[in-house]
Amino acid sequence: MFALLIEQVLNGLQLGVMLFMIAAGLTLVFGVMGVLNLAHGALYMVGAFAAAFIAAETGSVVLGILVAMPVAALAGLLIERLVIARLYARDHLDQVLATFGIVLFANEMMRILFGPRPLFLNVPDFAAGTLEILPGVPYPVWRLVIILVGLVVAGGLALLIERSRLGMLIRAGAQNRRMVAALGVDIGRLYAVLFALGGLLAGLAGAVAGPVLAVQVGMGEPVLILAFVVIVIGGIGSVRGAFTGALVVGLADTLGRAYLPELARAVLPPAAADQIGAALASMTIYLLMALVLAIRPKGVFGGRD
Amino acid sequence: MTMAVGAAEAADAVKIGLLTTLSGDGAGLGVDTRDGFMLAVTEAGGMLGGVPVDVRVVDDARKPETAVQAADRLVSEDKVALMTGIVFSNLALAVVPRVTRDDVIYVSSNAGPSQLAGAGCHPNYFNAAYQNDNLHEATGAAVEQAGVKRMVLIAPNYPAGKDSLTGFKRYFKGEVVDEIYTKLGQLDYAAEIAKVRADKPDGVFIFLPGGMGINFVKQYDQAGLKGDIKLFGPAFSFDQDVLPAVGDAALGVINGAQWSLDLDNAANKAFVAGFEAAYDRLPSVYAMQGYEAAHIMGAGLKAAGGDVSKLDDLRAGMRKADFDSVRGEFRFGTNQHPVQDLYAREVVKDDKGRLVNRIVSKVFDDHVDAYAADCKMN
Repeated sequence: MFALLIEQVLNGLQLGVMLFMIAAGLTLVFGVMGVLNLAHGALYMVGAFAAAFIAAETGSVVLGILVAMPVAALAGLLIERLVIARLYARDHLDQVLATFGIVLFANEMMRILFGPRPLFLNVPDFAAGTLEILPGVPYPVWRLVIILVGLVVAGGLALLIERSRLGMLIRAGAQNRRMVAALGVDIGRLYAVLFALGGLLAGLAGAVAGPVLAVQVGMGEPVLILAFVVIVIGGIGSVRGAFTGALVVGLADTLGRAYLPELARAVLPPAAADQIGAALASMTIYLLMALVLAIRPKGVFGGRD
Repeated sequence: MTMAVGAAEAADAVKIGLLTTLSGDGAGLGVDTRDGFMLAVTEAGGMLGGVPVDVRVVDDARKPETAVQAADRLVSEDKVALMTGIVFSNLALAVVPRVTRDDVIYVSSNAGPSQLAGAGCHPNYFNAAYQNDNLHEATGAAVEQAGVKRMVLIAPNYPAGKDSLTGFKRYFKGEVVDEIYTKLGQLDYAAEIAKVRADKPDGVFIFLPGGMGINFVKQYDQAGLKGDIKLFGPAFSFDQDVLPAVGDAALGVINGAQWSLDLDNAANKAFVAGFEAAYDRLPSVYAMQGYEAAHIMGAGLKAAGGDVSKLDDLRAGMRKADFDSVRGEFRFGTNQHPVQDLYAREVVKDDKGRLVNRIVSKVFDDHVDAYAADCKMN
């Protein structure tokens, strides 16, 4: 029982750090630039496809993942320069329409380049198999690697935001973007850098998820929905909020799926319990989001600007 | 012989609507359907049953409203006499009753919802693939034959997911240790896999179509469970359209299907070789079903001498299904759904190192679907 709980907590943690890598870029772009970017999931897909393609060509998954990051960053930069740079002054509806168009475009582009069938990406050899984290509880090594990568990214991002000049501008931008522009900061360049950074992180997430998930067209959309839940819970514009939100969502979703059906069975007849348990498990994170919004309408770490 | 009529007909070929999913999620299945269908047409020099055909290929984008609009256009503007191609059951349920009412013959190349097999059957509706429950039933019987007693069942929490478990349990008589319903479109199965490990069953049945199945099988293998707890499922997650993406994680999985690359008959050998030569990949079950739908239409067109206004002849010819099926023998039951053999297959590597399915055993001989008795045709 206890061993299973530990395993499920690790599973939740792994999902959480994955979501953090995607949500961090999303929350920065939304928080600092005020852009509602639905195309962020496309960058995650680009990362996964780039990793799968390079791994298939060279035989090295690690190289694939390393290449995926700059490719996704470049894709982010391109999207920002070509489309989003023209939309900063427009309202959110225009941004939603334009970035949704990019999602459709990116999906068809990937289909033209790589075909309609999912691609293959394996776990790198060094991380194949399982590790016995507790006696009798083997855990996939690759999931441990994902957790590690996620924590390193979180640490690096915290340093960048708290300790660097770029970080200072990002924090200032999230507080009051007009004031930052008025102070003579080249706001156009800051935006471009932020978009590339967001793309890099989303691409990394897609690349490390590739060995676990299906690398296929449209893989960015379900993840994007979860990432939006994360940044709404965490507070838009806050990287710390994205981290907390991602862990909360990852754990709530995993533990909900693991234990809600059983809890339901304890109080209801089996047939009804399976129905209600499964339905509740699907809704867990949305119920959680509603609860957080009811208490703190701007999210746990929100409340600025 | 009415050669003159035949020649006059040839001037404007019989129009066929091929409505399938070519963009968005599931596009790979529609592409296979289309390629299989078109292979049959190309092999016969642009004809089916000796009658020239004009195939209009249209994308439904996996959206019911798009499918309905496209179907209406095919029927009212293009005046197609025959239709096929829809992959997904919810789209078939939106389109098929409309077009069959307008005396268009619909030959399903995949979707086989129970509603259209039982009370809602129709003389203008044929299914070239299966009734949706069939592959789950075959898998249930395969598990039973393999002597596996304690099973955990996993399916998404939506109507087809529940139907799949019902179909499985119709022929599996052992103990169901746990039934796990997942979210539709779920990405991560770590929680479910941990539960399976704790439940310690002898086997796991999954019905997780599309990307869900790829995700689950990879994660199941990475969790190190595949060696201990055998994995079973319908062919949907283990066929040629997804095997290259799943990789070695799929090796050894047992799945239920009505066809396999290695079915030993001349028609199948010619089909597999022809498909590979034309498209440079191995055919999937979806490609096979598209190919056979074309041949069933051909049987009807031949019987009607290419005159699609002779609806009775057309239907009678299709009901007889007089063609060399890649499934060996093929015939329709009273509800115009296949009465066919079903097999247990295993994922193995072929001599070129590619992942393919090989037949392990035949689990049903001339299997009739569970809804046929409810169909009161005519």
